[in-house]
Amino acid sequence: MVSTTVADARAIAQTVTDPELPMLTLHDLGVLRGVRLDGERVIVEITPTYSGCPAMAEMRSDLAARLHNAGYRDVTVRTVLSPPWTTDDITERGRQVLAEHGIAPPGPAPRRGPGPVPLALGVRPPAVDCPLCGSADTELVSQFGATSCKSLHRCVACREPFEHVKAH
Amino acid sequence: MSDDTTAYESLADAHGGEDRWAFGTGFDDPLAGVDTTVPPGVDPAALGLMCLALGDDALVMSQRLAGWCSNAPELEDDVALANIALDLLGQARLLLTRAAQADPSLRPAEAPAHIPDEDALAYFRDPAAFRNVRLVELDDDGDFARCIARLFLFSTWRLAALVWLVDSPDPVLAAASAKAVTELTYHREYAAGWVVRLGDGTELSHQRMQDALEWAWPCVNLLFGSDLSQGNLYAEHSEFIGVLARVLATATLSEPPWEWAGSSAGARDGEHTEALTELIADLQSVARAHPAATW
Repeated sequence: MVSTTVADARAIAQTVTDPELPMLTLHDLGVLRGVRLDGERVIVEITPTYSGCPAMAEMRSDLAARLHNAGYRDVTVRTVLSPPWTTDDITERGRQVLAEHGIAPPGPAPRRGPGPVPLALGVRPPAVDCPLCGSADTELVSQFGATSCKSLHRCVACREPFEHVKAH
Repeated sequence: MSDDTTAYESLADAHGGEDRWAFGTGFDDPLAGVDTTVPPGVDPAALGLMCLALGDDALVMSQRLAGWCSNAPELEDDVALANIALDLLGQARLLLTRAAQADPSLRPAEAPAHIPDEDALAYFRDPAAFRNVRLVELDDDGDFARCIARLFLFSTWRLAALVWLVDSPDPVLAAASAKAVTELTYHREYAAGWVVRLGDGTELSHQRMQDALEWAWPCVNLLFGSDLSQGNLYAEHSEFIGVLARVLATATLSEPPWEWAGSSAGARDGEHTEALTELIADLQSVARAHPAATW
């Protein structure tokens, strides 16, 4: 018997994890924008983190496969571009999980007014607390990490390198 | 049945011996499920050309940066340049897809029918049909200072132009621009940081950064040859000049002289340098040799 409530479909969609941050669900990451039913069809809306995010195709197939396996035959995954994803969309639980996995969670995303973007030349972004030992004595190694959404840091206190999801 | 369900089934059948097109699958449409109606009051041909120009800039710049993969001076820069190339490739995919939706006549006739629009535009156009600015096609010949000079000029210009497109009457271009602005802010910061590090470094690094700036300089005027910022060309230009002056001063570099006479003639007219022909031949070689390739 196929369950047909929105809550059931949403609960299933919310178990799907991010291909690049597998400790996080798409819901925790804020990529899952909505789940609704249109008759027998489940419509899932997701939004990309970056324009070039190569994981979108995998997210779509994972969502479709998970719902398909739960008995939903007709699944449509839609991309939503607006409003653009920001790290503010990461849930509180998502931030805790990131920190538990040694990835420093983002601070509040910068707010930008209309018109030109000011150039932060020689301005170091605020230090990120080390997710391993908690020290605030850390330094930025590179604004670009293994994926576009993360930067690379080094803790001066415990000497460990770590990643940080950039406020974005 | 929706297209996405079809795509799901094609993926589910992947182990059942069903061949798929090598350069795109049903999953790859970057605008899958997005409302792609061109709003009333927007000229589809003009929107198509604008998206094509901005998409071609991003595609060619991405391909140039990809050439640095495993060749950058430090591992961190290798990763940074690859990330920037990936961001630009993502921007190109959205913009080229949008260009062909707005004006289907942009899709090259020789592209096989089953290929998505973005791939048709990337792999089945001759260089003369590309509308990118010349700055992105120059071959930096493995010179890191040139790579940085070009990236700095390009990302400073692109950011100054795209901030105005966040309010485009076309919702898809507006959304693509909003994402691009965040990304380009990082790209510009990265490149500006290196311009300062090299310019204000040793005598040798200073000279090489200055030479690299002069190498890219003849292409700078052409950036402003067509108005892609929706009537904000003056503001776009002022912003570019302001950022440039600040970074060059911090880097102790000299601004090459501006030569305005006839400066914008030849912008985005399809006339390209030999360097683009080589780049496109490389980019398209597999698709052109095996137009029905599957994997």
